[in-house]
Amino acid sequence: MSTLEIKDLHVSIDTEQGTKEILKGVSLTIKTGQTHAIMGPNGSGKSTLASTIAGHPRYNVTSGTITLDGEDVLAMSVDERARAGLFLAMQYPVEVPGVSMTNFLRTAKTAIDGEAPKLRTWTKDVKAAMAQLRIDADFTQRNVNEGFSGGEKKRVEILQLELFKPKFAILDETDSGLDVDALKVVSEGVNRAHAEGNMGTLLITHYTRILRYIKPEFVHVFVDGKVVEEGGPELADRLEEEGYDRYLPGAGAATIAAADAAAQA
Amino acid sequence: MTDITTEKARIGAPSAQPFINGFTEEGESLSPLNAAESKSPLAGEAVKRHSHGGGVGVPDSSRAGRLTSYKLADFKPLTGMEEDWRFTPLKRLRGLHADVLNGAAPSVAVTGPDSVRVETVGRDDARIGSAAIPEDRVSANAWENFTEATVITVPAEVQAEGEVSVVLTGQGTGASAQHVVIVAEKFSKAVVVLDHQGTAVVSENIEILVEDGAQLTVISLQEWNDDAVHASSQQAKLGRDAKFKHIVVSLGGDLVRVTPSTRFTAPGAEAEMFGLYFADAGQHLEQRLFVDHAVANCKSNVLYKGALQGRNAHTVWVGDVLIRKEAEGTDTYEANRNLVLTDGARADSVPNLEIETGLIAGAGHASATGRFDDEHLFYLMARGIPEKVARRLVVRGFLNEIIQQIKVPAIEERLTAAVERELAATEN
Ligand SMILES: Nc1ncnc2c1ncn2[C@@H]1O[C@H](COP(=O)(O)OP(=O)(O)OP(=O)(O)O)[C@@H](O)[C@H]1O
Ligand SMILES: [Mg+2]
Repeated sequence: MSTLEIKDLHVSIDTEQGTKEILKGVSLTIKTGQTHAIMGPNGSGKSTLASTIAGHPRYNVTSGTITLDGEDVLAMSVDERARAGLFLAMQYPVEVPGVSMTNFLRTAKTAIDGEAPKLRTWTKDVKAAMAQLRIDADFTQRNVNEGFSGGEKKRVEILQLELFKPKFAILDETDSGLDVDALKVVSEGVNRAHAEGNMGTLLITHYTRILRYIKPEFVHVFVDGKVVEEGGPELADRLEEEGYDRYLPGAGAATIAAADAAAQA
Repeated sequence: MTDITTEKARIGAPSAQPFINGFTEEGESLSPLNAAESKSPLAGEAVKRHSHGGGVGVPDSSRAGRLTSYKLADFKPLTGMEEDWRFTPLKRLRGLHADVLNGAAPSVAVTGPDSVRVETVGRDDARIGSAAIPEDRVSANAWENFTEATVITVPAEVQAEGEVSVVLTGQGTGASAQHVVIVAEKFSKAVVVLDHQGTAVVSENIEILVEDGAQLTVISLQEWNDDAVHASSQQAKLGRDAKFKHIVVSLGGDLVRVTPSTRFTAPGAEAEMFGLYFADAGQHLEQRLFVDHAVANCKSNVLYKGALQGRNAHTVWVGDVLIRKEAEGTDTYEANRNLVLTDGARADSVPNLEIETGLIAGAGHASATGRFDDEHLFYLMARGIPEKVARRLVVRGFLNEIIQQIKVPAIEERLTAAVERELAATEN
């Protein structure tokens, strides 16, 4: 049983206009076996949170902490975080020229496990996982993400999730750009990984449709770099009907209170 | 790779223009004077003792108009302003362009199948000049100064088993001249490896004759010591239905400038020209190639890939492809890709495609110089791969496309190891 704990996280980036604060005090605790959904409008800082957990150099943590079972994640390099058990399925997976999928998957697995996987079982595992995600076998010969469609890139992210078996998976808008069939296939992949019982999931999404397939116990609404509301799955249902409007600037506290009252009624 | 500029163009439709906009970065265009010139600078004995092209009043803008001559005196002393020398630091040529080349030439040791003939001949041998004519002063200087030549002949219809290995070992820093002739006679098949090692200051002419129906692979490896200076003109002349594969690998040396060319003299021939270079701090690795589609229905495919790292690592790639008026049905593609691994390195890449006929099957070029980018690194590291391993993975993958073309396992392994050493060198 592991715990990923984010406490009062403030993150800024350097822009041409100077420093810009994007995360303004985020706190969140995820445990093995749990699924948390983070939902929020475009530009609210969801990807920033995900990338900061993974250690992208563009994001500067100005205060707050991230710990994994008490270990300081912020002190770890990007690769150390991955080896400690954090996995980020990216919103926009990067194309890496010159590196074949086969080579990449084997190298990453070796790095994460600290030893090379047994060639025969590994090849079999990769093949089986690809088949379940309906990824063509010839993808192993292609370069990492090179020329993959949006949907193919997302499947390949989940392929890695299933093969690398992280302690915590952060899925950044894995649902976007997927048609209904692909959404199902990808969600099943996440659910399979989850069902093994050793993983916590942070599911970042803008829309609720993926929540038909992946069921979160906790929902956090993210607006302007902060969690503005938290609840159970019912909160997602409400967002489905009402959207984010009531959280946006201009919609004062009174509006939110009124909406709450309406929802309660 | 982000920050990549890639141009691609394939054309099949006839065009009235001799030169198609956007097809050269240099804006070179065909001189009308030269357009009417000879088909090939190699018209046989007749041209052997006098010069062609680039004469008074003829602008040396089209590749067709470049001066070619066996006589050093026909080439003006270099100033560095010449189009084909503008990237080369002349000071570091250590006299190859100006001095008498009387130093000891690299020793030549040839091993290979018994069916292949190896001879050492004097300057007057009939085969000298059968495939090449100098196109620049440094090459002409070697032509004027070499004392003996190595002639390697793959006899007609012989399929040579295993590669012919030609080890050229530098004999020190005296400026020297080298001459090698490789003849693949009709319907023969062979792989020849030119293996340059040690310390040398040498200008070299390699003549390659690929006769009708012959299939020849020539691999030129430059794994010189750090202080070597090497200029190498490698000119191939292809007969009917000949197949020629040329691979240049430049890793070692202070300054290496290879100028390979392929000339088609009869229809149906195919040329593949590949290159791999890896420049470290201070190294100058230059490759200027020329494909002369002088006759109809020939094919050429060019791919050079380079990696650069360290301060003042400099690579130059210039690819001249000329499709002459007669060369209907030509199919050609050339590409150069560079991967810049650190700050302070510079890759120049200039594809030039000149087209004098619209009746071709295809013609295109691409040039891209990319940086090994932080986003690539992040993606790989986010999967647990340490930074060093990630860098290797990318560079190895990038260069492997060329190494795979060699198809001589021992050399592929050797080059893979050499690339690993290059990568390890910067990590300290
Ligand atoms: N490199 C950058 N330069 C300037 N602004 C940036 C940069 N990266 C992020 N931002 C800004 O930070 C804010 C948060 O961006 P982020 O990508 O985290 O949002 P998001 O919630 O993931 O949005 P989406 O739903 O569109 O994916 C946005 O206002 C964005 O414009
Ligand atoms: Mg986002």
